[in-house]
Amino acid sequence: MASRDIHGIDPPWGDFRHVGRALRKVDGLAKATGAAVYTDDISLPGMLHAKLLRSPHAHARILAIDTTRVRQLSGVHGVITGEDLPVKFGILPWTQDETALAVGKVRHVGEPVAAVAAVDEDTANAALKLIRVEYELLHVYIDPFESLSRHDPPIHEQHRSGNISKHVHLSFGDVDMALSHADAVVEGDYFFHGTTHAAIEPHCAVAQYAADGVLTLWSSTQITHYVHRALAHVLGLSAHRIRVIQPCLGGAFGGKSDPFSFEFVTAKLAMLTGRPIKLLYTREEVFYTHRGRHPMHMHYKTGATRDGRLTGVDATILVDGGAYSSYGLVTTYYAGQLLTGPYDFPTYRFDSTRVFTNKPTCGPKRGHGSVQPRFAFEVQLDELAEVLRMDPIEIRRRNLLGADTTTVNGQRITSNGIAKCLDFVEQASGWTTRRGRLGYGRGLGVAASMYISGTNYPIYPNPMPQAAVQLKIDRSGLVTVFSGANDIGQGSNSIAQYLVAEELGLALDQVRVASADTDLCPVDLGAYSSRETFMVGNALIDACRKIRPQLVQAVAERWQVDTARVRFVEGVVIDLEDVSRSMSAAEAFQLAEEKFDTLGATGAYNTPTLGGDYRGGTIGAAPAYSFTAHAVEVSVDVETGRITCHDVWIAHDCGRALNPMLVAGQMEGSAYMGVAEALMEDHDVHASGLHKGPSLLDYRIPTSVDTPALHALIVESLDPEGPYGAKEAGEGPLHPSIPAISNAVFDAVGIRLRHLPFTPGRVLAALRARQHSAPSGEPELAGGPR
Amino acid sequence: MHLTVNGDVHHVDAPDHWTLLEVLRYRLGLTGSKQGCDKGDCGACTVLVDGQPMISCLMLAREAENRAITTIEGLMPHHIAAGGTGADPVQDAFDQCGALQCGFCQSGTILSAHALLSGTPNPSDAEIRDALAGNLCRCTGYTQILQAVQLASARARGVSPPPRSWETPPAPAGSPAPSPTETA
Repeated sequence: MASRDIHGIDPPWGDFRHVGRALRKVDGLAKATGAAVYTDDISLPGMLHAKLLRSPHAHARILAIDTTRVRQLSGVHGVITGEDLPVKFGILPWTQDETALAVGKVRHVGEPVAAVAAVDEDTANAALKLIRVEYELLHVYIDPFESLSRHDPPIHEQHRSGNISKHVHLSFGDVDMALSHADAVVEGDYFFHGTTHAAIEPHCAVAQYAADGVLTLWSSTQITHYVHRALAHVLGLSAHRIRVIQPCLGGAFGGKSDPFSFEFVTAKLAMLTGRPIKLLYTREEVFYTHRGRHPMHMHYKTGATRDGRLTGVDATILVDGGAYSSYGLVTTYYAGQLLTGPYDFPTYRFDSTRVFTNKPTCGPKRGHGSVQPRFAFEVQLDELAEVLRMDPIEIRRRNLLGADTTTVNGQRITSNGIAKCLDFVEQASGWTTRRGRLGYGRGLGVAASMYISGTNYPIYPNPMPQAAVQLKIDRSGLVTVFSGANDIGQGSNSIAQYLVAEELGLALDQVRVASADTDLCPVDLGAYSSRETFMVGNALIDACRKIRPQLVQAVAERWQVDTARVRFVEGVVIDLEDVSRSMSAAEAFQLAEEKFDTLGATGAYNTPTLGGDYRGGTIGAAPAYSFTAHAVEVSVDVETGRITCHDVWIAHDCGRALNPMLVAGQMEGSAYMGVAEALMEDHDVHASGLHKGPSLLDYRIPTSVDTPALHALIVESLDPEGPYGAKEAGEGPLHPSIPAISNAVFDAVGIRLRHLPFTPGRVLAALRARQHSAPSGEPELAGGPR
Repeated sequence: MHLTVNGDVHHVDAPDHWTLLEVLRYRLGLTGSKQGCDKGDCGACTVLVDGQPMISCLMLAREAENRAITTIEGLMPHHIAAGGTGADPVQDAFDQCGALQCGFCQSGTILSAHALLSGTPNPSDAEIRDALAGNLCRCTGYTQILQAVQLASARARGVSPPPRSWETPPAPAGSPAPSPTETA
């Protein structure tokens, strides 16, 4: 058994006992009863509270910082500035451009400048008011188009390409020829606005520096391993002297996948004061910390033959990155690389440029880098269907890539359930009898998408396994799983329980999971890129298949029967040919321990070599891809311009649904978030760089009353490499919601919304523009006003 | 000040400006009530005060004196004292329906649902959505929360809960179209 083994889609003992059932989660009751411990629930003896002083300016040089008055305040135990933590870091090895506290200049409003530790938060807040910072204000870049053409003064002095963070240009086949020979070509501009994660738990860390020189950090992170590495790098400590633990996490969605200021600051202050330190962000600080969806200005040109077959796609994308790099290099690639399914593009070209601006830094949000281009392309595909007088589902069907194919940019597609996804939403929405027949003001729309299920590209290149687990088989009958995976609410610890119980033939309560603790658990790369179920699932099966033969052999020897007759069934071991004979799993474990000594196993997973043979060809290469189609029903109030989304039918190909209830929860949560981005949410700043609404009230995340009826329809394609055939479900099902709403609005009232979010003002402006100019039904290519 | 929380009377010493949430979390150690915004926007800190859902981050601790406060930690002990076993039935229904993803908002949501079902044992979908409109959830899209409240209600009345969309695949083409929901 090894990290590259393929374990197959079949059940280990003949039929599934746990997999495929709507089982409870391993931590559900702890969360329901308030017993689950999140980071801010931790309190240590003698603990101090830290607060950050943040910049009120979007772009300024720091001339001087005076902290002398702070040190005289009673109750203050420590104050630090950028000079105390000068080492640069960044999630990607190639773009390390952040510091824990600003050094020399600030690049966005809300950037941390200094930190204090005091006996309580009130004292820490009072201390912040005593810090004097002298700034020299610099030109503020808000408009990304300005950052393209101007870089004096630069946002990053050391950056070689002015204010351009990253540029990618890739071309596959002769796009110009393909478009010039197409029967129909649609061209247009699309804009995707900024949105943020808004996890209900604000970021928080607790740090403790023990007398033996070991630093422990409890942090609300979704990637323990990268925080561990970044702490060692910035603090100059050996990694083996640092322990990072992720307690229960109150939502992440990509927003907790960078190493952040609060983590370095709590650690440093704990080392300086000898006292445990807690730092909890306010909701306003969470908005400025951001790392949310990049705004993208997108120009698309798509050609097709008369019968609706795509001939070529040409995209130019400007990505508004905000102040720092974060994951931006990957985002710039993803903006082009992830569009090449579920449709067959004979030719494709994209030019993607990320620029720095003086705004909170953008990063990965659920559907990283690919939700925005997906919106543009799926709306454009609808426009193409309109020009060709073709049903929007039909034009999609005519262009589907099948299973076991390769995309135009060289990505390997294995399992593929997109055709069934389209069938499901067509049937469930009543598409054929209802679309175009709901009367003026009400309509149906469709869109489809593809997303990575893990990536073969670790954040720092290395040949070691991407996922790993360890099992401890105890003579009590309990198996403890040590998993580096970060359970951020998606249920990775529950999946670990189900899979181990399935593989070893145990009852669910015989498996407990310890996770995301760098002292206890082998390295896993964390909760991003929809990788946990796929990769950790394979690592779990790998570990179980190493230990299982020992358990079976020990029982077979005791019974003096062939090993094929021994079967573990939900914690009881039976002889398949003699029903009178059985023993408990605990007895079997004891026999095996007697024979083989202390029982344990490790398991690992690594992706195969994947990707196109060109620079950047591995970015977007995944061991499997998930597929999604949505149909949505909306109504448009033509008096107020308000769009109401009534229903979303979500069909998602997740490979095998290891727990259909958890899969449905991911699908519904994704679709909800997409609807919210389309209709309500807007992460934007004023010309000064101040956020327009840094609160959960003003940012307007949907309540239970605002959320449409969500109908999850699971499609199972059984992937050859996924654990029992499973693929991701947590990010893919967000993508189609947004273009499907735009397309449904077209069905309802005949306007094309190409500019997000779809506010009442934009709807009314588009309705007026259509009345005054274009004849009904003809595509108009201008974007709406902001 | 004296606070009655989950049936116990506590003598608490805290600054005058501390909210009920701060006293519950940082003085009494009842960390099941969560702080998501500290300004009344998210509802994660919802507790029951004399049986009514209240946002504890907008209530000074002093205002809660002489009133009966129930936090998420109080439901299961009360259920067991009344002769039940394990978690309270509403808590149990949330677990059974998968409504607890990250779980951070759910202690507040469960208490709001509890208050709803105490007064309205058989709520409509719209009544459930209205009753939970003050509790933001970022994970679930509310669907499994709705199903949990429906399940808790159905169980208490001895009937079956409504089926879920993913339990039966859509009808094949050619069969009659379903009747979609008319309003959210």
